[in-house]
Amino acid sequence: MDERGWTDVEERIEAALRNRSPALRRQLCLLIQVLDWMPLLRYGRRFSALGAEARAAVLRRLQRSPALVLRRGFWGLRTLVLLGYYGRPEARRAIGYRADPGGWEARRRTTAGEGKGDEA
Amino acid sequence: MIERSYDVVIVGSGAGGGTAAVGLVPLVEQGHRVLVLEQGPRLADEEFTGEELEMAEALYADAGGFLTADGTMTLAFGQVYGGSTAVYTGTSLIAGPHVIEAWDIPGLTHTDVTERSRQYMDQNNVHLLEPELINENNSLFQKGCEAAGYEAHQFPINVKGCLGSSLCNLGCPNGAKQGTDRVQLPAAELCGVEVVTRAEVLRLEERAAMVRVSEKPPSEKGAPSEWEPGEYRVSARMVVLAGGAVGSPALLLRSGFGEHLPRLGERFTCHPALILVAEHPRPITNDVGHPKSFFVDRADEEGYVLETCMYFPFVTAKSLVGFGEEHSRFMAAFPRLQMILVLACDRATPGNRVTIDGAGRPVVHYRFTDEVVRALALGTRASARIFFAAGALRVHAPLASPTTLGAGEADRIDERVRPEHFTPGTVSVSAAHLMGGCAMGRSERDSVTDGWGRVHGIPWLRVADSSLFPDSLHINPYLTIMALADRTAEAIRLDAGELLAAGAEAGGGETEVAGGGPAATA
Ligand SMILES: Cc1cc2nc3c(=O)[nH]c(=O)nc-3n(C[C@H](O)[C@H](O)[C@H](O)COP(=O)(O)OP(=O)(O)OC[C@H]3O[C@@H](n4cnc5c(N)ncnc54)[C@H](O)[C@@H]3O)c2cc1C
Ligand code: SF4
Repeated sequence: MDERGWTDVEERIEAALRNRSPALRRQLCLLIQVLDWMPLLRYGRRFSALGAEARAAVLRRLQRSPALVLRRGFWGLRTLVLLGYYGRPEARRAIGYRADPGGWEARRRTTAGEGKGDEA
Repeated sequence: MIERSYDVVIVGSGAGGGTAAVGLVPLVEQGHRVLVLEQGPRLADEEFTGEELEMAEALYADAGGFLTADGTMTLAFGQVYGGSTAVYTGTSLIAGPHVIEAWDIPGLTHTDVTERSRQYMDQNNVHLLEPELINENNSLFQKGCEAAGYEAHQFPINVKGCLGSSLCNLGCPNGAKQGTDRVQLPAAELCGVEVVTRAEVLRLEERAAMVRVSEKPPSEKGAPSEWEPGEYRVSARMVVLAGGAVGSPALLLRSGFGEHLPRLGERFTCHPALILVAEHPRPITNDVGHPKSFFVDRADEEGYVLETCMYFPFVTAKSLVGFGEEHSRFMAAFPRLQMILVLACDRATPGNRVTIDGAGRPVVHYRFTDEVVRALALGTRASARIFFAAGALRVHAPLASPTTLGAGEADRIDERVRPEHFTPGTVSVSAAHLMGGCAMGRSERDSVTDGWGRVHGIPWLRVADSSLFPDSLHINPYLTIMALADRTAEAIRLDAGELLAAGAEAGGGETEVAGGGPAATA
């Protein structure tokens, strides 16, 4: 994903958070801080300074954490990232999502346009 | 504070509120004034675009992200003209006799629920979708059930002119789904019932609602409110609560009714559900066609119901456990995905209840019982069998570790999918069938209302929504909610002479309600 894509992801997340409660936004900020400092003991660096593999390992540990508060915190962050990412029309197109208000008729038109017939 | 005065005020315009509104038209015809207050907006037809995030923000409470108190389950409910009926799928089932009988509510019989449900099935054009309009996401479920030995039934649905956009849960872009927003509310408005949107009832007082009418934010969908923005005191001879299983108990609690009604907020159930996804070797029609045609009912035997379903990219991504390569692989296979919803038939359980926080906002406490987790595991096993029998290559099973089951593991499903793998906070559980909170029963010792939606000891206050359920229904609830709201409306019509004439004094103390007709008043 290019720079513009990331900006788009961030903007969508910000927009989603705009109408959420201040308490929820505070919790998220705190969680991001915790996440950033958590790897310091094991890796000697903050999360933001880690490579992709080490980051994934930290996140996996968070996801399986025995503490519910950390698991649900991770789940919340993950949900926001997925919202930002799959909220973008480019991402939906890339995975082949094609729902259209015009339903069957619209699908027949686009499929005929593509010259293939995968209809039921 | 602006003062207004009505004979009957209905709070909420969903399955219950819409039914109550149309059920009280005879009072309007007698010259009484009936008002519906809805906190959500009223959208124009062209504003239903089917865009996932945009529509979720416009139609759902918390944009569809309302979480239970410990953050382990998402509750989906509408906050718009038509309430959750604007976003439901429209599957229309009549409650089973054993469920209604087990509720054991004086005066509530299965025959009565059936007759009233049928009336709304007629109004809402309920029928079976024509076979040629059923997509492969649904037909593969049926085929898989046949091969794996499960009995699939076809859902009757309430559509008229359905184009098969698959977007029901984002609000129908074609006005085809026959929710209260399309049928009962417009009919009631045509007959003189007033509906005011963007009007949140903050608190109830003795025969009055304190209401805040909000300005339409410039970037939001929907029309401005029918009333000028501001704070209102709406006096009413009768108030009918139809704010849903979260909204109604929360409103009563923040209005201070908890002391008189000790059972307020209790008996909350919701059919906790898992969205399961499987990948086929070829593209199937999944994001075109009506999303929900079949179900398997194993409620009595194993505590779960399976339904076909189809979700949108973000909700699908959220439902898959984990992140990284495996997650992306499933998402990238979107045109080849088949989906099944596993619903656990939960039971009213002490502790699972609606309360309010310091600011009066609803808080839903919900703990997954062992029975619910077991039902989710059994339902996942059954779904995996159905997926593989239908030809799927891989199944994402949140209650397996690791979560992906390959077709080669089809004979190890029971071993791989286990209740112990259910980790709250890691597995995405959601619920859209919210029930209870102002449960029906016999007296304030065990419930909030009688079998006709009359709040114990408070003759001017009635309930007409899903919060009336004393326990979960085990099937999709909207028709039963309409049937119960229809009973509430009937009781109001019967009691109206006395209550609307003078505004009778509020009753007090404990009232034991015998069975019988709606005239057996509190
Ligand atoms: C995505 C989804 C799919 C579903 N699919 C099906 C299905 O296929 N079949 C089925 O049978 N059921 C289905 N359901 C469930 C069904 O829609 C609900 O059970 C039903 O609509 C609940 O009716 P209700 O009147 O209790 O509440 P709702 O329909 O939720 O209406 C309550 C209304 O009250 C308003 N309100 C609340 N508090 C206040 C207040 N203080 N002031 C003003 N207004 C207030 C809310 O904004 C809301 O509009 C589905 C639900 C969802 C969310
Ligand atoms: S599938 Fe039919 S009812 Fe559902 S949103 Fe599309 S047109 Fe409307």
